[in-house]
Amino acid sequence: MIHLNDVKKRFRRPDGGWFDAVSDTSLSVSAGEIFGLIGFSGAGKSTLLRLINLLERPDAGAVIVDGQDLTQLSGAELRRARQNIGMVFQQFNLLANRTVAENVAFPLEIAGWKREAIRQRVAECLEIVGLTDRAGHYPAQLSGGQKQRVGIARALAPRPHVILADEPTSALDPKTTQSILECLRDINARFGVTIVIVTHEMGVIRSICHRAALLDAGRVVEVINVEAGRVDARSDLARSLLEAA
Amino acid sequence: MEPITFASALANLSMMAPEIWQAVKETALMLSIGLGAALFVGGPLGIVLYLTQPGQLFAHRGFNAVLGWFVNLVRSFPFIILLVSLGPLTRILVGSTIGPVAAAVPLSFAAIPYFARLVEQTLREIPRGVIEAAEAMGASPLQIITKVLINEARAGLISSLTILTISFLSYSAVAGVVGGGGIGDLAIRYGYYRFQTDVMVGMVLLLVVIVQIIQFIGNRLASRLDKR
Ligand SMILES: Nc1ncnc2c1ncn2[C@@H]1O[C@H](COP(=O)(O)OP(=O)(O)OP(=O)(O)O)[C@@H](O)[C@H]1O
Ligand SMILES: [Mg+2]
Repeated sequence: MIHLNDVKKRFRRPDGGWFDAVSDTSLSVSAGEIFGLIGFSGAGKSTLLRLINLLERPDAGAVIVDGQDLTQLSGAELRRARQNIGMVFQQFNLLANRTVAENVAFPLEIAGWKREAIRQRVAECLEIVGLTDRAGHYPAQLSGGQKQRVGIARALAPRPHVILADEPTSALDPKTTQSILECLRDINARFGVTIVIVTHEMGVIRSICHRAALLDAGRVVEVINVEAGRVDARSDLARSLLEAA
Repeated sequence: MEPITFASALANLSMMAPEIWQAVKETALMLSIGLGAALFVGGPLGIVLYLTQPGQLFAHRGFNAVLGWFVNLVRSFPFIILLVSLGPLTRILVGSTIGPVAAAVPLSFAAIPYFARLVEQTLREIPRGVIEAAEAMGASPLQIITKVLINEARAGLISSLTILTISFLSYSAVAGVVGGGGIGDLAIRYGYYRFQTDVMVGMVLLLVVIVQIIQFIGNRLASRLDKR
């Protein structure tokens, strides 16, 4: 479903030099998988995730999603491809002047859906995340957990094949974290959506991921399998992340 | 000169009612044209200023710097100098340099860059992540401008427009004096040149009331539109 082939991303440092946030990394995520990206702060997790929908354009390498190399697309083609890749953010990034229902409708308006189809799909998605009774509220009137549910409903609305989540639970308390993770797992199981989730907590990997890549200094150190909540890892980095948890 | 009593002032002002009404209409006309220009030229200009900043959708350091420099240039002219020096251009555009429509030309010139800066400032308050979310959903630049930037900044934009309107009510008085007409001109002509202090005071009070009303409407509208 997702293939990153030898992608590289460097940023300009304030002193004029270059900084490799992601260096020559390859990664494959299968359809229907929940795939984790874990590492300490500054490891390049967010940058790697943002390469998948080309929010960051790689300096080298290919980004293949659903059989399409996104780096080769024109502006309009890329926008269309992005409608098939939902994104969920740590800070939610909801539109403050739109109601919950209008937020969920946003990606559908962008994709040119008809009014009635939008209304139906919004109702469906709010049902899925359990926010039907908040449809008319504004984000400012919601708790963090509810905001993230809106974020998930919004990402899910255009029936994407892929959802990217950048630390979706890092701004939430442990109990809310669990319910948001369950919500993501539920969406993965019911609709077969491939999910890539960034986290710095091994607990998140253990509770919902099928596999995960361990990142350090812009490189994948190890790809680990998770089975029945048990992490099968060898590297020192994995051990220190397990201890930190 | 007779001493002014409240009753005589009132009688005097009510006798001038048609002239006052005419002045109000002239002021309204000058302001409408100036604000219209600000909204439809200065607004887009402000959006362009914002979008070409480093880190934004159409980041372009050189273009942004030139545009910003040009905006500052026009803004640095004292209004009275703009008013006088734009005479020839005004004559070409409206065929005369007298009357509210002619006065609206320099007003527009001053209002456009002023509002552009206000818009740019207001848009900066939108969290970068919200714009990025729209990009990630596949929104086009036009969709981002109309559905995200303007809609998220709408309360701030209304406040900016309120500030602009009040500033330009006072600018329009200056423009009025050199042939534009309007409330300020009336105040000067009667109050200053003909020593009719009651007319001057009456006109200033009228302006005070108008400013209060504009501010009140602006505040109400902005807070109603603000859901943050
Ligand atoms: N736009 C940018 N410009 C310059 N440097 C950047 C930019 N984005 C990221 N970096 C740098 O790249 C490195 C990796 O950043 P990234 O955000 O991917 O890390 P992360 O693993 O997500 O960390 P965190 O857990 O703190 O979110 C960091 O050192 C960061 O400072
Ligand atoms: Mg990050």
